[in-house]
Amino acid sequence: MAEIRNYTINFGPQHPSAHGVLRLVLELDGEVVERADPHIGLLHRGTEKLAETRTWVQSVPYMDRLDYVSMMCNEHAYCMAIERLLGLEVPLRAQYIRVMFDEVTRILNHLLNIGTHALDIGAMTMVLYTFREREDLMDVYEAVSGARMHAAYYRPGGVYRDLPDRMPQYQVNKFKNAKAVEELNGNRQGSLLDFLDDFTQRFPRYCDEYETLLTDNRIWKQRTVGIGVVTPEQALGWGFSGPMLRGSGIAWDLRKKQPYEVYDRLDFDIPVGKNGDCYDRYLCRMEEMRQSNRIIRQCIEWLRQNPGPVITGNHKVAPPPREQMKANMEELIHHFKLFTEGIHVPKGEVYAAVEHPKGEFGVYAVSDGANKPYRLKLRAPGFAHLAAMDEISRGHMIADVVAIIGTMDVVFGEIDR
Amino acid sequence: MSAKLERLNEKLREVFGEDLVSQVLECGELTIEVSASNYLQLATKLRDDPGFSFEQLIDLSGLDYSAYGNGSWEGKRFASVAHLLSIKNNWRLRVRVFADSDDFPVLDSLADLWPSANWYERESFDLYGIMYSGHPDLRRILTDYGFVGHPFRKDFPVSGYVEMRYDPELGRVVYQPVTIEPRENTPRIVREENYGDVGHG
Repeated sequence: MAEIRNYTINFGPQHPSAHGVLRLVLELDGEVVERADPHIGLLHRGTEKLAETRTWVQSVPYMDRLDYVSMMCNEHAYCMAIERLLGLEVPLRAQYIRVMFDEVTRILNHLLNIGTHALDIGAMTMVLYTFREREDLMDVYEAVSGARMHAAYYRPGGVYRDLPDRMPQYQVNKFKNAKAVEELNGNRQGSLLDFLDDFTQRFPRYCDEYETLLTDNRIWKQRTVGIGVVTPEQALGWGFSGPMLRGSGIAWDLRKKQPYEVYDRLDFDIPVGKNGDCYDRYLCRMEEMRQSNRIIRQCIEWLRQNPGPVITGNHKVAPPPREQMKANMEELIHHFKLFTEGIHVPKGEVYAAVEHPKGEFGVYAVSDGANKPYRLKLRAPGFAHLAAMDEISRGHMIADVVAIIGTMDVVFGEIDR
Repeated sequence: MSAKLERLNEKLREVFGEDLVSQVLECGELTIEVSASNYLQLATKLRDDPGFSFEQLIDLSGLDYSAYGNGSWEGKRFASVAHLLSIKNNWRLRVRVFADSDDFPVLDSLADLWPSANWYERESFDLYGIMYSGHPDLRRILTDYGFVGHPFRKDFPVSGYVEMRYDPELGRVVYQPVTIEPRENTPRIVREENYGDVGHG
């Protein structure tokens, strides 16, 4: 009798649906996965170690590069950790701006996730639509920070600058004539808030479009319903958070349960799944986008009516305005000390967590009173999710592994750090 | 929130009493330090006692205290810090445990209690060289295949010891000692406490 052996294949790291640099060693029995062993670390840059050698503020841009599809949420957790150590109050307007951008980021992230997840399992069209909307939101990022993705906009004590009064507009060039430019600039005549307001009015219709493409789509359902089922017990044990936890029916969202910034003043709902499969998690994400849209609308309304400072006036933490720095000796000293030495964060340790689009993103910061962190541990939600890969994918077909990677929403910037 | 933490604080004192090395409530967070010998037993109780019911191990990280406060640290060197979360009671707890030996740090593994500890402990082992006894699969996780050393220890240079390049003569990738000079743009300074009075700028 012939000897029967399991077949081991190497999935990734150069695979289009490995979402970056995931290397999976799969042990197969025919087409059924017997064991999945994720090999991570191919994108390890030692962010935590690098942060130990830089001042507190210098590490803010590193946070963008962790989860590079939800940049500002990472910054948020980091800034919150520093603020808690310092015992610093953030101006209310800055809190609203942060919440608004957190939700913009959530939509950005879910659009990418749903688009590429569908692309991975065969629905090419989705990604074209979702990337169209991402473009608008990245323009919002650019208008406020000058960068489409790696914004470095949040700072300890607030945000770097107030929202611009004018939305940047397209210019006529050899590819776009005056008529095309006028059309493109149609919703860019006012301020950033006007542009974002226009987007939030259009967005629910876009969500309906996505739903017509996917929600009742037979192929999509065949590929996701009953695939990658996570029981509530498993989800808790594996340290899941975000849509991965809510998809399994556990109503847990830090924005509601441990509210930070101004989430307790806003009105929104938390969608919860039932079956814990890929399809439920997709529905959760879809509904979360609609809820984020609601939150953004509330923030816009508040921000329009309430001007004010957007960064703390404590010049031991945030630099003084330029004019004051030029005119006032005291402020000049503050400026000099801040940019040569940085913030001195008191001795202590703190764990600050935000509800990141993927789950709970936490920053554990230990300070020994120096101008640099003593230890910075970043708790990436994707790391915990991917750790359960073996258990979730066991018994599934090899094609389902792709669906499971998609639903976990893995991004290697944060997993490998 | 803080009243809740006070209650947890009280309960911890009641249940564990002398077993806790220290118990600190600071910045709205509760930290307990336990000794390596009863770490596992305590963790089991924290998970299973309905009064605590920490269902989730949200994070676990290694720590190397050897350079703390510019080298003024006198205690043990390696610690493992776990962050627990209870969904039911909506509270968090930080558990710190120091490894008894500095040369060969060994701690009990929590992987049997919370499966999420599996990868976190692998990471801590990889980066700090802390051994977790009872761990099912203690391999390196983040560093390269065949990496030597534990890069997050304070005595490991930021630029590392070896660098990799393609050698056209040998036709393969080779490792060689690092050629970049270490540099420090902003020196690390520990000032006296309340320096500059940051709280009241």
